[in-house]
Amino acid sequence: MIDLSTQYLGLKLKNPLVASASPLSKKVDTVKKLEDAGIGAVVMYSLFEEQIIHESHALDYFLSHGTESFSEALTYFPDMEHYNVGPDGYLDMIRKLKESVQVPVIASLNGISTGGWVDYACKMEQAGADALELNIYFLPTDLELEGIALEDAYVELVRSVRAQVKIPLAVKLSPYFTALPNFARKLVGAGANGLVLFNRFYQPDLDIETLEVVPDLVLSTSDELRLPLRWTAILYGRLQADLALTTGVHSVEDVVKATMAGARVSMMASELLSRGIGRVSEILADLEKWLETYEYHSIQQMLGSMSQQAVADPAAFERANYMKVLQSFDRRL
Amino acid sequence: MIREKVTIDANEAVAYVAYRLSEVIAIYPITPSSGMGEFADAWSASRIPNIYGTVPLVAELQSEGGAAGAVHGALQTGSLTTTFTASQGLLLMIPNMYKIAGELTSTVFHVSARSLAAQALSIFGDHSDVMATRQTGWALLCSRSPQEAQDMALISQAATLEGRIPVLHFFDGFRTSHEVNKIEQITVDDMRAMINDDLVLAHRNRGLTPDNPVLRGTAQNPDVYFQARETVNPYYQQFPAIVQAQMDKFAGLVGRQYHLFDYVGAPDAERVIIVMGSGAETAEETAKYLVGKGEKVGVLTVHLYRPFSVEHFLKALPATTRSIAVLDRCKEPGSAGEPLYVDVITALSEGLAAGTAPFKTMPVVIGGRYGLSSKEFTPPMVKTVFEELAKPEPKNHFTVGINDDLSHTSLSYDPTFSIASADVKRCMFFGLGSDGTVGANKNSIKIIGEETEYGAQGYFVYDSKKSGSVTISHLRFGPGEIRAPYLIGLGDANFVACHQFNFLERLDMLKYAAPGSVFLLNSIYGPEEVWDKLPMEVQTTIIDKKIRFYVIDAYEVAQKTGMGGRINTIMQTCFFAISGVLPREEAIEQIKKSIKKTYGKRGEAVVQRNFEAVDQTLENLYEVKVPGKVTSNFTRRAPVPAEAPEFVRDVLGPMISYNGDDLPVSLLPVDGTYPTATARWEKRNISLEIPAWDPDTCIQCGKCAYVCPHAVIRIKVYDPAVLEHAPATFKSTEAKFKEFPGMRYTIQVAPEDCTGCGLCVESCPAKNKTQVGLKAINMVEQPPIRETERVNWDFFLTIPEADRTVFQPTTVKNSQLLEPLFEFSGACAGCGETPYLKLLSQLFGDRTVVANATGCSSIYGANLPTTPWAHNKEGRGPAWSNSLFEDNAEFGLGMRLTLDKRLEFAHELLAELAGEMGEDFVAEILNADQSNDAGIQAQRTRVVELRKRLAQSRNARARYLNEIADILVRKSVWIIGGDGWAYDIGYGGLDHVLASGRNVNILVLDTEVYSNTGGQASKSTPRAAVAKFAANGKGLPKKDLGMIAMAYGYVYVAKVAMGANDAQTLKAFLEADAYQGPSLIIAYSHCIAHGIDMRKGLDQQKLAVQSGIWPLYRYNPALVDEGKNPLTIDSKDPTVSVQDYAYNETRYRMLVQSDEARAEMLMNQAREDVSRRWELYRQMAAMSYKKDEE
Repeated sequence: MIDLSTQYLGLKLKNPLVASASPLSKKVDTVKKLEDAGIGAVVMYSLFEEQIIHESHALDYFLSHGTESFSEALTYFPDMEHYNVGPDGYLDMIRKLKESVQVPVIASLNGISTGGWVDYACKMEQAGADALELNIYFLPTDLELEGIALEDAYVELVRSVRAQVKIPLAVKLSPYFTALPNFARKLVGAGANGLVLFNRFYQPDLDIETLEVVPDLVLSTSDELRLPLRWTAILYGRLQADLALTTGVHSVEDVVKATMAGARVSMMASELLSRGIGRVSEILADLEKWLETYEYHSIQQMLGSMSQQAVADPAAFERANYMKVLQSFDRRL
Repeated sequence: MIREKVTIDANEAVAYVAYRLSEVIAIYPITPSSGMGEFADAWSASRIPNIYGTVPLVAELQSEGGAAGAVHGALQTGSLTTTFTASQGLLLMIPNMYKIAGELTSTVFHVSARSLAAQALSIFGDHSDVMATRQTGWALLCSRSPQEAQDMALISQAATLEGRIPVLHFFDGFRTSHEVNKIEQITVDDMRAMINDDLVLAHRNRGLTPDNPVLRGTAQNPDVYFQARETVNPYYQQFPAIVQAQMDKFAGLVGRQYHLFDYVGAPDAERVIIVMGSGAETAEETAKYLVGKGEKVGVLTVHLYRPFSVEHFLKALPATTRSIAVLDRCKEPGSAGEPLYVDVITALSEGLAAGTAPFKTMPVVIGGRYGLSSKEFTPPMVKTVFEELAKPEPKNHFTVGINDDLSHTSLSYDPTFSIASADVKRCMFFGLGSDGTVGANKNSIKIIGEETEYGAQGYFVYDSKKSGSVTISHLRFGPGEIRAPYLIGLGDANFVACHQFNFLERLDMLKYAAPGSVFLLNSIYGPEEVWDKLPMEVQTTIIDKKIRFYVIDAYEVAQKTGMGGRINTIMQTCFFAISGVLPREEAIEQIKKSIKKTYGKRGEAVVQRNFEAVDQTLENLYEVKVPGKVTSNFTRRAPVPAEAPEFVRDVLGPMISYNGDDLPVSLLPVDGTYPTATARWEKRNISLEIPAWDPDTCIQCGKCAYVCPHAVIRIKVYDPAVLEHAPATFKSTEAKFKEFPGMRYTIQVAPEDCTGCGLCVESCPAKNKTQVGLKAINMVEQPPIRETERVNWDFFLTIPEADRTVFQPTTVKNSQLLEPLFEFSGACAGCGETPYLKLLSQLFGDRTVVANATGCSSIYGANLPTTPWAHNKEGRGPAWSNSLFEDNAEFGLGMRLTLDKRLEFAHELLAELAGEMGEDFVAEILNADQSNDAGIQAQRTRVVELRKRLAQSRNARARYLNEIADILVRKSVWIIGGDGWAYDIGYGGLDHVLASGRNVNILVLDTEVYSNTGGQASKSTPRAAVAKFAANGKGLPKKDLGMIAMAYGYVYVAKVAMGANDAQTLKAFLEADAYQGPSLIIAYSHCIAHGIDMRKGLDQQKLAVQSGIWPLYRYNPALVDEGKNPLTIDSKDPTVSVQDYAYNETRYRMLVQSDEARAEMLMNQAREDVSRRWELYRQMAAMSYKKDEE
């Protein structure tokens, strides 16, 4: 019997397939379908503090706009008893999911203030989340902001949350750090139990007909696996933290690669959004078949087997690798 | 029992009781009673039970007539039922009121009494509406204050259940309905104690049921109708005593004792005023003051006006009474006297004749009118009435409060007389609607009322504009009850706050300031520099009255704390800090508590932002060291320029500068007729940003002018020679029009009339090639360019208009060369309705008569002081009128009938006079092609010639033709109104007018709610949207008015959305006008009541069309004759999800935020509505209309 189980953030998962943060977790029904399809764990869609604040201000603006200006129309909307503009809806969803599914539920948070991070993290823990993924999504555009200052702020943030929350913490990173391993070490030192590699930013496009910058959501492809794969392989075994690989996981081969590089779990969203939740069971079946074909008896057996530390040529993950590609390309000329 | 003290207005106080005593509530919005219905609907949506433990059923009807019918039905089947209304709404209820009273049915209607539309509509308070019901057989019970209104709401219900006479409980619209005052709130236990369950059961048992059937509502013949009508007499005879008994019972429970007639004053008074409503409080307080000065005066308040108890009335009057002034808050032209006066005369005569009067000789009785349309009624006016009563021959049928220099009815009074107590603090705040001043003051007065021992009162005055409106808040607080239902008077205010610096050049605020008072100014200038920025008059008053002067740059604090333009919290904090009503720390704590209460529901971020504003306020508040001398070299500016026409200068000018109260009767038109083209004189300068044109980027598409809701963007093509005298900064470029080779082109902005809505920028398709963030039109700061652009605008106006006969307005680009005859309205900035009206005025304005339903369009169209409807240089332009809300289609049809009849007569006369006028010439006139402007202009020329020939004629019939010859030039009738009118209250008439086949054009400005009264649901409101009266989200789909109209087969119907397809809109207007039958255009009008960024209104229109929510189509019956399908769908299959459109709007989104499950359910259904309707239209448009080829 092949053992697909894995451990992630101290949680026992029946397999390494995890649904990463996406709209799929916005409904209990779809999460149940994910569970039925065999998913190992679910990371919920992210709660964005900035969005909460924006929604709150927007509601205030629109309920106030035009009021108390004209005798016949002192207001324009009925005064509702309650508006679900805070984190309550998200917290309710954690509770509902915990009541409805058995698989671990990992809450995901993107804050903009230290107070907000800590406050919402505590609330998520209280609502029953099995673990927390801190999604440190921030695009530094300020010319005065130095990299070290930003890194320090992230580390301090993880420390603050760690001090208040007992459930496991993962940090979802972007690949855009000058010295990623050092930064990763600091995050783990501040209390992160896991690192999720990597966050994938939506990149806006330019519409040259309308001359507008347009948001354009492009789902990932397997090609994008390379970047997280490399860093997973480099970091594996060197930090006291679990690694999760996300971005570019679409097939059984991708899962196998992620695991061999050192990821305890492989996270998927694009594949499920584009081809349906049924892909979970297909990939799991493929995975079992793959292990069987290649005579692995468990996931654990292959975990990190192709990490930088485990391969014969560690330099293959470093600059030399680039040189080699060029050379091989030259030979084809 | 300790009862809670609450600081609320009468609408809330009354609704609180009425809701809890009712099972069924039928509602319909009308100012100023809408608030009561809104409370009831919101409470019902929140499942708050009545005193019987069940949630009242609240139903909105299509009109007040409908509401009355529903109430009648609910009563007939035994429900405890109520409704709320006013004014024209009450008039619509009268037929049912007769029935309800005739059937001795227990019910209470709560009425915030309001003026009736006569020479003009007025939303403000008087007793005209209530007096129009005094013959219906209803009891009329009057309250004077929010406290009384609450109490009487309960007493009236108890009385009607016992006496079976229905009660109309009323109080003064706005003055009482909207006055916030500290009252003791009666409890549910009080209500239970007052209501006798046996009587409730008896009422129910009188209801119709097939289990015990009876027949009610028979037709009676001459043999018995009369006798049957007399059967009710005992009920009316007993009713006053029943009401008094309930008042006594209430006093036993609660402690406040009322009587049918309450007398206050000297026991041995010789002069007595008799009055009802809030004016009675003013009269009473003044009388007390005068009695304190030794005068023998008193006031008799009438509470129960019908049934009028002569017995109780006479008993309440002092035996010493020698003269009486009866004050009526209404006018009954042609009567022997106003109603209360006539009743008093009758009662006194009967009493004296019967020997039941307290005196032996008839006192001198005079009647007077006061307070119409919320005209102020103040202590000086009361004093002058008492003084009049002391005269040997006092003036009868007088007026007080106005200067009647025409009929000389008015009593003069000394406006400086004051009974203001030193214990009471009086504070005035001048703000903008948009800066949150009123909201902050409502909070302040609640804090004072509910957190201190003080009595507290707040009253708020708004101007008639929906953009840039000025608000004036009047706050009083002090020991004991505040009984002063009138505005703070000249020299009486202890605290005056000006929240907008530019008001200083427009308004004389400090005339209200008392000596030694405080003046707080929101100023960008600090304490050291502000003095020299004040107009001369302001400096003089500050020095003369020794006013303490404070400044704060509230906008800077607001910007720093993320409050944007909302300076409410900041100015409120300043008020508390300076006034010292509470210790500073406590005040801040209370303000924060109030912030939490007001904004907590909207999220912690909002609360924190307000807290931050409070915390940063005090360090930015400075007292100004007032110099001892006037240093300013400028004065306040005139309300209108000196070159304005005399009427505008002398009559409208004072109204603009808030001095309309001083206008004498003789200056006002006798029949409500006013000149058009007056808004152009009211330079409001309300926007700090206006658009600026970049000729190099411009592609001359005309879209910016097309969508401009305020007609401030104008386009002209002209001869280059014109530029010879152009100001240096005037912009011009080569015109790109095939019709105008070699001409120049200018887009000019009216800088002082722009509201800064930004729709022009949003609509502009041309982007700067090197910086795409810039377009051909961009918002820039107004103050730096105000003067140069004003000069440019004046020059632009001198450029001749394009010759309409040389181009066709069939493209958007060309249409914008036509002069708008609808300009500078006071509609909301970015209004979605007014661009359609402007377009209409451009296309057909010089030959159109407009029938306008009551609503937003009648308010921004014709609320004094000025009107946006204008005329061209030849003096032609839309002739406009408003009849009522409900009858607008019929009103417009009447106009058409006149035009049709007149044309027929003109044709008859032409035929008669053809020999004399010239057969060929007459034929030319009769057969003229007037399908375009060139044809119309040619016909105008013919009419001029005709008139010349007629003038030479000796035929008596020639004079007739001369008088009506203008009718020979084609005229259009446009019937305009909102969805509340077209879908609901006016639908019956609209349907009939469509069916009539007459050549009228109906434009429905569809905002999908009753916008003017604050966003109540209509049948146009789409499914899943929240609106007032649909607080849970509308559960049923929008009525498809277009489909209903298409069913006639001979009605032109178009559904348009300017923001989605401007060319289709233009085409629809042209086709509708050309169609020789009834036309209906349903125009998507984005609205402030949708809860959108108004600048994105056009984008929402686009999304509405792309999502299929608002399919565009034209149904032209004329195509049938050509063998074509009359229905053309002008929009593509939906490409955007309904949610992507809907959830940009607060009206949809707030349901997700308040009830996500219901929102999801309704949204799913809304999506199905869209698909089904789309499929139906598609099939209709695909039907073959080809004629049988054989």
